[in-house]
Amino acid sequence: MTIAMGPQNAASAIESLPKRESRIWKKLRANPAALLGGVMVTFFVAVAVLAPVLPIPDPTATDWLAVRQAPSAAHPFGTDEIGRDVMARMVWGARASLLAGVVSVVIAVALGVPLGVLSGYLRGWTDAVISRFTEALLAAPFLILAIALAAFLGPSLTNAMIAIGVSAMPIFIRLARGQTMSVMTEDYVESARAVGVGHFALIWRYILPNIFPPILVQATLTIATAIIAEASLSFLGLGQQPPAPSWGSMLNIAKNFLEQAPWMALYPGAGIFLVVLGFNLFGDGLRDALDPRDH
Amino acid sequence: MLAFIGRRLLVAIPTIILISIFVFTLQKLLPGDPVLAMAGEERDPELIELLRERYRLNDPLPMQYLYWVGNALRGDLGISLRTNQPVLELIGEKLPVTIQLAVMALVIAIFIGVPAGVLSAYKKGTWIDWLANVVALSGLSVPNFWLGIMMILLVSVKLGWLPASGYQPFSEDPLQSLRTMLMPAFVLGTAIAATLMRHTRSAMLSVLKSDYIRTARAKGLAERVVLVKHALRNALIPIVTVTTLLFGELLAGAVLTEQIFTIPGFGKLVVDAVFNRDYAVVQGIVLCTGVAFIFMNLLADVAYRVLNPRMRDE
Repeated sequence: MTIAMGPQNAASAIESLPKRESRIWKKLRANPAALLGGVMVTFFVAVAVLAPVLPIPDPTATDWLAVRQAPSAAHPFGTDEIGRDVMARMVWGARASLLAGVVSVVIAVALGVPLGVLSGYLRGWTDAVISRFTEALLAAPFLILAIALAAFLGPSLTNAMIAIGVSAMPIFIRLARGQTMSVMTEDYVESARAVGVGHFALIWRYILPNIFPPILVQATLTIATAIIAEASLSFLGLGQQPPAPSWGSMLNIAKNFLEQAPWMALYPGAGIFLVVLGFNLFGDGLRDALDPRDH
Repeated sequence: MLAFIGRRLLVAIPTIILISIFVFTLQKLLPGDPVLAMAGEERDPELIELLRERYRLNDPLPMQYLYWVGNALRGDLGISLRTNQPVLELIGEKLPVTIQLAVMALVIAIFIGVPAGVLSAYKKGTWIDWLANVVALSGLSVPNFWLGIMMILLVSVKLGWLPASGYQPFSEDPLQSLRTMLMPAFVLGTAIAATLMRHTRSAMLSVLKSDYIRTARAKGLAERVVLVKHALRNALIPIVTVTTLLFGELLAGAVLTEQIFTIPGFGKLVVDAVFNRDYAVVQGIVLCTGVAFIFMNLLADVAYRVLNPRMRDE
């Protein structure tokens, strides 16, 4: 597993002209790996959204007569150390994982992109201060920073999401800054300035739409990293708190029962692996589809 | 080169100051009054006042920060609440364990990642390239604590080949030390190998397109010579830089790996500190990793210049 930002180079996905959706969509559809990733992500999202209506047992209901049972027709993924259905916990755990992945990336984008755009647009002192701030944040390894924040804020899923979001923010500051600086040199920005378009309108109408594609790619790839980070924090006991299910905390308990109940460890880990792989495949495909050099 | 290093060091200063402010602010995020916790249940007002004075908590925040940073500069990062040891001493004790793990992981990663990347670039578009990419992407997607658990299940529980946990210092029994560290290092190395493979592949692809490779081939050099002596040598420049920057990833991965294999290193120290509410240790670790990371960045820049003669004159 990696705590780095996963497959990167989102910056290479500079899309200089808007309205290329149909071409992008065509390229995406022609890429089997990206399609597979999209299907995997859709499957997990559907499972997470439909969790309340799926015909599965209560994920927190214990059954002392069915402790650590191997997979069977009644419990397809087996039961855990206090007789809870592992499949039901997997389904509800998908909610925690995906929610954490998406919310923390939303936090990172919402904080990082405005700072990055400001930095690249205003340059000068603002840029210097924001850049130093970004470097300082980047200097602490992602997980160590998230662990420290989660430790000081207190262990909970919400705090884990905040910690992951703040730790992932510098990538978006860097990306938005670089992209803004490159868009600023384009002729259409020069012309817009020449005809007297104001700062706000310039950023809103010309800069943001043009820096959006690489940010979207990076966001997709960062969701993958954020899901692993949430699972890592939950595995360490700093994320989702029991008895609420989460794949990371399920693995934390499962490691104590490896010999007696290996299925307890197998499924949650496979879940994390598949959903992260899905986001990585889709993100990679999206980057290739948005890369103008291949047109 | 010296001027370059000096300039880079100067730029690093404000970043280090910001990191220290950030680490200092962390303790202010804590809910409740730390002094009340320290004073125990009796909450003797005199004792509380004494503690406030001692930790300068009555001073304004900027003064508190300066006091804290002054101590940190003298190597005093506070005392661990749990072991009563100075934080720096504690870090110094655990660091060699993690360094051994990280170095072994890096060696494994280089041995897997670089040849796989070269092969993948050389055989671009073939099934070998496809397979290498699938394996690399899987390596990036698999949570390493799960990989660790699965390997314990297979290698230790089922096959009984390697111990599932335990640590032997290298200086005491090198062979046993390597044996106990092999599985954790492999687990930690996989993600790094995947990153290295992807970077090696893209570096090799761009080098293989260049004119001097065409010239080397036109001269009739053996393909192996072209690949290793001409292409890989030039592709190594970005690879070395990336490897230096993987330090943070190694350290973060070590936190989880050490937890699974119960290795008494740096990563286990930070997790134990978090659960024991040993905040001085957590702060010390974030500060130390931050500063170390900045120096690794500097090292990456220097390595890049040393390896790439074209950069030296700039």
